[in-house]
Amino acid sequence: MILGRIQLPPSVKKGEIFQVRVLVQHPMETGFRRDEQGRAVPVNVVDQLVCRYAGREIFRAELGTGMSANPYLAFHAVAQASGEIEVEYRDDRGERGSAKAMLTVA
Amino acid sequence: MKRRSFLAATGAALAGASLPASAQRFQPAQDITPLIEKITGGKKPEDGGIKIDLPAIAENGNSVPMGIQVESPMTEADHVAAIHILAERNPRPQIAVFHFSPASGRAQVDTRVRLAGTQKVTVIASLSGGRFRMARVDVLVTSAACLDEATLAT
Repeated sequence: MILGRIQLPPSVKKGEIFQVRVLVQHPMETGFRRDEQGRAVPVNVVDQLVCRYAGREIFRAELGTGMSANPYLAFHAVAQASGEIEVEYRDDRGERGSAKAMLTVA
Repeated sequence: MKRRSFLAATGAALAGASLPASAQRFQPAQDITPLIEKITGGKKPEDGGIKIDLPAIAENGNSVPMGIQVESPMTEADHVAAIHILAERNPRPQIAVFHFSPASGRAQVDTRVRLAGTQKVTVIASLSGGRFRMARVDVLVTSAACLDEATLAT
């Protein structure tokens, strides 16, 4: 289970464009590093990330080794109605994780 | 004389140690034209309409804040479908691809990237009508992202 966090503004108006901020806890191993025993650390990055708003996809990312450790992403969406915003991701090893937050449309 | 030779020796050692420029030479800039063509399908991308926020000087290449904003009405007929980031001197130049839809409202993404040395970062936006936009920005990286074995792997 990969930990992650999603942050939304406390309240938005209908039709307003708001920012979604996502932070995933992951080392994003490049494959160019060796551990203390001198063994090569295999590549392992969060390569897929999808964000859905009330079940509808609003943002998707394919990430490579050029992303920093603990990847941070901030993007936008148009407020329609109060609902759940969920972000799902998985890494090269097949480990998954998700984070959810409720959006309040005033 | 002893003191002088000691100073000369340490001076030489220090000079060798503080040469990030020569260390960066291990990772040469690659020709990313084939990658660009793969994204655009051989079409010539347009200039302009992309704003890239990247520090002119990045202290630490392991985490460089980067913001990209593409001008677009973001309607069903005319929106930005994807944004690609390419770094010509990274051992794997494709940093990320971000996909948008009209529900995104704004073709903007803020993130943090790794940069293996001073280089030009290329951003390509693919628009809904099958058109493309491209922008490049120079960034000076004082301490490159760690890639001890990048040369072996590529």
